[in-house]
Amino acid sequence: MRFSTLRQLAERCREEQVTIGQFMLNEQAFETGESKTTIVTQMTDYYTVMKEAVRRGLEHPQPSRSGLTGGDAARVRQYMDRPDGTLLGNDASRALTYALSVSEVNASMGKIVATPTAGSCGIIPGVFVSAQQRYCWADDRLVMGLFCAGAIGYVIANNSFISGAEGGCQAEIGSAVAMAAGAMTELLGGTPEQAVHAVGLALKNSLGLICDPVGGLVEIPCIVRNGFGAVTALAAADMALAGVRSVIPTDEVIEVMHETGRAMPDIYRETAKGGLAGTPTGRKLAKELFSHENGHQNADVPPEGGQR
Amino acid sequence: MRFKDVFSIIGPGMIGPSSSHTAGAVRIGRAARHLFGGMPLQAELTLYGSFAETYEGHGTDLALAAGLLDYATDDERIRNALSLAKALGMELTFNAARDPTVHPNSVLLTLRSENREDSFMGASIGGGNAEMTKINGFDVKFSVHNPTLLVFHADRLGMLAAFTSLIEAEWLNISYMDVNRKSRAGDALTVIQTDERLSGKLPDRIRAIEGVRRVASMNLS
Ligand code: SF4
Repeated sequence: MRFSTLRQLAERCREEQVTIGQFMLNEQAFETGESKTTIVTQMTDYYTVMKEAVRRGLEHPQPSRSGLTGGDAARVRQYMDRPDGTLLGNDASRALTYALSVSEVNASMGKIVATPTAGSCGIIPGVFVSAQQRYCWADDRLVMGLFCAGAIGYVIANNSFISGAEGGCQAEIGSAVAMAAGAMTELLGGTPEQAVHAVGLALKNSLGLICDPVGGLVEIPCIVRNGFGAVTALAAADMALAGVRSVIPTDEVIEVMHETGRAMPDIYRETAKGGLAGTPTGRKLAKELFSHENGHQNADVPPEGGQR
Repeated sequence: MRFKDVFSIIGPGMIGPSSSHTAGAVRIGRAARHLFGGMPLQAELTLYGSFAETYEGHGTDLALAAGLLDYATDDERIRNALSLAKALGMELTFNAARDPTVHPNSVLLTLRSENREDSFMGASIGGGNAEMTKINGFDVKFSVHNPTLLVFHADRLGMLAAFTSLIEAEWLNISYMDVNRKSRAGDALTVIQTDERLSGKLPDRIRAIEGVRRVASMNLS
């Protein structure tokens, strides 16, 4: 790839007069030798999986594999219908609901696309599918948005982290919010520079976020963090489109994420030993789960609708 | 660059709940199966770090079994992989171990068939991406996503030139190559990755070189 920082990425896009999404597609074709059609088809398939996950989580809410979570997306969706509406308003609430929905599908061992990880798989679909409905965009446009999100994630992943085990939740949820914010900025007509500012603004808001999943499962707090993440991405995109800049250049913010992740104690990096996982209730839930699971050690997942 | 392309960030399409503990584990299991050269009859799986602590809740056991059954990360059969493995006669055991020196999401797979045993250690490095870190005691480091050749051979002069000329004769572009030695005058393992898919005949041709003991290959993507 002909870029390793976001600054380079924005410069190249400006020189070549292309969007970040188009640039990433060109680079992918050049690097892999595959045709653009093949690459776009693959990405379109992923977008279809995302839309399907949004729908499935709302239409067929499932308890998670552990039984700890499930049904929150449907709960918020129903609340949206009350006469006074929601505080966020319909569009942001829809992004929130869809993000929760995909995240719940993930927790019940359903099919999703890692963006960039499964723990953070709700944010991009939440933001993209709700925007598609709001602006009546065709799928192709959102697919180009995924290339843009991918280019941003590529820089973050290679200069910092995208897994909670290495860099804490800032690396998973934080990266996904930044990717969604940058892509949304571009999809709404922002310049590559504005998209990069959106990434910086978003990342700053999640620096230091620890990875502390109860029982080590991608459920508590992961699912609600996906919901919050979708809403934050909208806020970051709005600010960037309005001309708000990330005064600390985004590449430097990515460096801070790296530094923070490296300094993060092991108990906050997906080991389920500290943070929310280490609270009395977190431990109690994990213990109940563990004794419960022991009886089913190395067993398959029960058929849909079945409870463990 | 640890992450090479857009689909290592957007993707894989997968069965939840964890890209590192589920999808990455499927890919490690699948790579091991291909490099082993088929379905093992027995697989002993030792899990380290966060894999060891949380494998049940993440379905890491199902995912590793699914990989050994050659399923892709988005195969709905992952949910039933343990009983499917049993039905096919693959015996699986899972253990947890500690070793602070290995990557936090690692698994050691010892695979056996009637007359053979190989061991593979893999690490799931995030976003469903995975690396092999050890093979039969050799320290290695390569991504499981690219076409890969493993050549076990005697450690002597001229071997590498012989491999590369055969590979170049097939117009394949070598993207990565690494020679691993156990001791100075003993065995060596050369790992070769190519940009293009490997043809079926190449492993046989390399096997015919004097001093080559064994060749394994995989083309996963
Ligand atoms: S808390 Fe950990 S497992 Fe959950 S989403 Fe964040 S990084 Fe992923």
